[in-house]
Amino acid sequence: MHNGIEQLATTWQSLPDYARSTAWILVITVALIISVALLTLWERKVIGWMQLRRGPNRVRLFGVAPGLGQPFADVLKLLLKEVVVPANSDKFLFRLAPVIALVPALAAWAVIPLSPEVVVSKADAGLLYLLSLTSMGVYGVIVAGWAANSKYAFLGAMRSAAQMVAYEIAMGFALVGVLMATGSMNLGTIVRTQGGGIGSWNWFWLFPLLMVYFISGVAETNRAPFDVAEGESEIVAGFHVEYSGIAFALFFLAEYANMILISTLTAVFFFGGWQGPFEGYPRLGDTFLGQPSFLWLLIKVFVVVFFFLWFRATFPRYRYDQIMRLGWKALIPVTLVWIGVEMLLATYRIGPWSRSWFH
Amino acid sequence: MLIEALFYVFAAILVAASLAVITARNPVYSALALVMCFVTSAAIWLLLEAEFLAVVLVLVYVGAVMVLFLFVIMMLDINLAELRQGFTRFAWLGWLTALAVIVEIVGVVWARGGLGIDASRGALPAPAGYSNTLELGRVLYTRYAYPLELAAMLLLVAIVAAIALTMRQRAGLKYQDVSRQVAVRREQRLRIVKMDAEKRP
Repeated sequence: MHNGIEQLATTWQSLPDYARSTAWILVITVALIISVALLTLWERKVIGWMQLRRGPNRVRLFGVAPGLGQPFADVLKLLLKEVVVPANSDKFLFRLAPVIALVPALAAWAVIPLSPEVVVSKADAGLLYLLSLTSMGVYGVIVAGWAANSKYAFLGAMRSAAQMVAYEIAMGFALVGVLMATGSMNLGTIVRTQGGGIGSWNWFWLFPLLMVYFISGVAETNRAPFDVAEGESEIVAGFHVEYSGIAFALFFLAEYANMILISTLTAVFFFGGWQGPFEGYPRLGDTFLGQPSFLWLLIKVFVVVFFFLWFRATFPRYRYDQIMRLGWKALIPVTLVWIGVEMLLATYRIGPWSRSWFH
Repeated sequence: MLIEALFYVFAAILVAASLAVITARNPVYSALALVMCFVTSAAIWLLLEAEFLAVVLVLVYVGAVMVLFLFVIMMLDINLAELRQGFTRFAWLGWLTALAVIVEIVGVVWARGGLGIDASRGALPAPAGYSNTLELGRVLYTRYAYPLELAAMLLLVAIVAAIALTMRQRAGLKYQDVSRQVAVRREQRLRIVKMDAEKRP
């Protein structure tokens, strides 16, 4: 048994680079899709508890755990339903739009360091790559809204486009702050420079940027309270009003995959990614609690995703002009001011800038 | 070998997408084909190990510029027949522009060592540990620091000018003053009326 594992490890090491990358891509994609399935259940459960309901508790998986089978039952139902293509829609783009929405959400995982060893691509411009991919997600929404040839869908698409452009800028500036504190665009390096326990993660010195980044992230994923692109009470279901069956499920998958992505990025940029919080503590430092591992990233992502669900159960939806006001007049000035503060901190070598390698 | 094969794949897609930009009947398809052009050119730049430029091309043009383009094009109610009316009248201008661009490209290639360019040889592979982003940053912020600052200033002036040109103060314009909305008191909205109970019929 033990021998078999060792043999497997040596075989793994002897595989060529592209084979190992492909294997990791497969593992990450499958894990992500399963996470999305469980996240939908978790969301309904959490919101249920917050509203003093039980949430889904009927469909069992293997006869145990009431509710655990719900996401799989939902997927099966959506797979079996007909994908209705409206008569006056643009047939080609209507079918293409869900794919355009999904691809950036999956492709972004290429540069995310999951543990000290595991990352598909150690791209040097990883941060820019992520920024460009998160901005490409809007094409799925716009194309879907236009191709459906419905006024509601079109309104949703237009709202989404304007919102995305506004919050992209705040997000980019927040990442400029991260770039200044870590001195690299490579995500692996960004995580590595945050080593040394909970106090040396970026969140403390970049707290305003953390807030701006996360709020922009919520807006970018079109989640409540920024979900005017869907806006059930105003424009039915917004950009995906004409979609049914598995085409709708793809939009759903993209939205939840983006949620997990933004949470992971928040953890990577501001909470030290796979770095452990107890690193450098006297007694804990020697056990696995002091070691960096995938487990820490998982816990951090779990907590941040919970905020997404919490927001949805707590806040009423923003009005459209309020969203624009918040993006342009509140978030962008905050980032600009904090970049100025960072310049001062760097000049006087405070916080992350006191590290020796900066000079 | 693999790089070359990928180059020809991307180049073919790029040429096809560029043709689609000018031949597509629907302007939305043209804009989407242009997005395709940007993405494939970024891929070709990636093959040349210019990763920073490639990613920035996608970030700026695909992520921001083309979104706004689509935003506008989708809202236009374009009459295609009307659009094609002046085709023969303006065709000579189009041919002239195309000719000028071709002459320029050939001229540049000529200046770079004649038309006997060795097309079979790709870009020289960068040495190990080379970071395109780092090198570009180093050059931009040391040798070309002033031109960079000047360009940034110019862009800022352009933004301010665009805003100043489009901002008009019209009389009778209704807009929301958010600080007044937030500062509203109960007394301004609510009136409690006390009245005697009605006699039961």
